[in-house]
Amino acid sequence: MVATRVVNALSRRLAAGSGTVAGGHVGLAVDPRLLEHLAAGRRVALVSGTNGKTTTTRLLAVALEGSLGRIATNATGSNMPTGHVTALAGAPPGAPAVLEVDEGYLPGLVGALVPEVVVLLNLSRDQLDRTNEVRMLSNRWRRAFSGSPATAVVANADDPLVVWAALPAAKPTWVAAGLSWRRDAIGCPACAGRVEFSSAEKGGWACACGFARPRPDVVLDADEIVLADGRRHRLTLALPGRFNRANAVMAAAAAATMGVGWEESLRQIAAVGEVAGRFSVVEVGGCSARVMLAKNPAGWRELLDLVAPGERPVVVGINARVADGRDPSWLWDVPFERLCGRQVVATGERCRDLSVRLRYAEVAHRTVRDEVAAVRAAWMAHGGGTPGAADVDFIGNYTAFTDVMSRATERTRA
Amino acid sequence: MSLRVVVVHPDLLGTYGDGGNGVVLVQRARWRGIAAELLEATSDGPLPVGDLYCLGGGEDAAQAASAERLRADAVLARAAERGSPVLAVCAGYQILGRTFPAADGRPLAGVGLLDVSTAKGTGRRAVGEILAEPLCTDLPVLTGFENHGGLTARGPNVDPLARVESGVGNGDGTDGAVSGRVVGTYLHGPVLARNPALADLLLSWATGLSLEPLDDGEEAALRDERIAAVRARHAGRWLSCLGRTARTARYVSGRS
Ligand SMILES: [Zn+2]
Repeated sequence: MVATRVVNALSRRLAAGSGTVAGGHVGLAVDPRLLEHLAAGRRVALVSGTNGKTTTTRLLAVALEGSLGRIATNATGSNMPTGHVTALAGAPPGAPAVLEVDEGYLPGLVGALVPEVVVLLNLSRDQLDRTNEVRMLSNRWRRAFSGSPATAVVANADDPLVVWAALPAAKPTWVAAGLSWRRDAIGCPACAGRVEFSSAEKGGWACACGFARPRPDVVLDADEIVLADGRRHRLTLALPGRFNRANAVMAAAAAATMGVGWEESLRQIAAVGEVAGRFSVVEVGGCSARVMLAKNPAGWRELLDLVAPGERPVVVGINARVADGRDPSWLWDVPFERLCGRQVVATGERCRDLSVRLRYAEVAHRTVRDEVAAVRAAWMAHGGGTPGAADVDFIGNYTAFTDVMSRATERTRA
Repeated sequence: MSLRVVVVHPDLLGTYGDGGNGVVLVQRARWRGIAAELLEATSDGPLPVGDLYCLGGGEDAAQAASAERLRADAVLARAAERGSPVLAVCAGYQILGRTFPAADGRPLAGVGLLDVSTAKGTGRRAVGEILAEPLCTDLPVLTGFENHGGLTARGPNVDPLARVESGVGNGDGTDGAVSGRVVGTYLHGPVLARNPALADLLLSWATGLSLEPLDDGEEAALRDERIAAVRARHAGRWLSCLGRTARTARYVSGRS
């Protein structure tokens, strides 16, 4: 007990001093079991998956806050153990925790923390230069849940790799949250055969070996959530896009397993307008831009659907630093053809790769390497905009997005 | 009659964006007024008869599944016999050889269109930018990104595609293999987006036409940038090595 208190106090001081994960690093070096100590006595929810982690973590924290009070959470997306230490150390003892977890770290954390609930969003290709095959990840998750019977799992029933991982869980909640990128889900994780998706928009899938979509407990049906008992809840969000509706239904389902009613959590979630800067409107290069983040083909597909019907010029920023993955070949898996007819500016350190991709998609564009200059160029070409609204849509991959955010000046309302 | 470009098993060999090679070929034909269509031949159906075939990279289990199907229906082998060009990248290159390694290292039988054999490497996976000087064609230097664990040995019936200037490739200082109109390489990027001259070579083989040049300003800018980035890194390593040597020399010779 004393030891735990000492570690708590120490790590709190370390974390508070820096406000970053540096404190977490030091704390973990002092005591590798620090996370277990810090999580003791808390209700813990973990959120993982390739896309939507940061948003879903925020939405779940917001959903719980009204009923459970202050929540310990890693709101900035630092989703590895040092970030978790920082989040827990910075919150009062006993405060429930909602933690975003990197896919690779999830099995270890499930074993160490025995969370009350784990949210599994989706699994798809990300960072081509690392060899994290998605089927291997799914199997590692699966083993973790076989050994954690006390943990409830809220899983996306439309993603076969997520279902494969969650099947051994004691209390799975299957949520039909949708899956628009299916290219990584075709190889059956059970038999290496082929998963067939039915053409019906309802998202059924099955393999000849018998591995098939489980009957969902919760269905996202456009703007409505349908529960197994027939109850329906209307889903209204300040956040745009189909994928954010999916994130919201996953978060609300997790909140429900933790005892917070659907009406209550959906009311809290509805008000969230931006998450770690994503979808916010910021001032960049003398005009205002709606800034969005997409890291991989699945994420880009969703965002292009979101911006394609609009009229604003679109600035697309691509870097290939370590955090982005060094190989931008995945640009050829993104349907940039959807931007045909729009004002497009290619930017970022790998704007040349993007420019060639856009040429073959027959999307007329300009190339401006500096991101802020690119936003300005797009705005000028469009002949200025209405004050207060966003003049330009900016979509960047990870470091392109964070670069723009760090150079954005005064924020306006989202 | 339009040119049919077949992307082979994009559901199995589509992990590294190599489907872009098919897009590049079709667009470069169309921009010259040659009708062309892209056929994405997933592994659940028979492989269609086409004029030009592209295979890409993929994960181990998917690679084995693709090889099994290609061996069973022999459509690709017959097409290559007729002289249809085939471009195979990474895992696709490996399965066109005699053998390639399963996930556990065990050798599996390939399609046998190229006299090469691939084994699991013992060292680190080759991941990074690659630059290679073509040996058997008069193409400009090839630029791409490689990402593989296998090392490929050439038999007497193939020529290497290129000599590696920077990177790993086959593992013996060369990259890829060429036999007739079948071309294998480790270069992603996709390779034809980064090396449009190679795309045009394949198109001229498939059509029998000599093709007029296109305005490849975007491709040229990308090539210049990637080639310069790789060479600058090389030069940087050289300089820091020289710097170390100079410092050591000064240290050894005492005060200077
Ligand atoms: Zn199966």
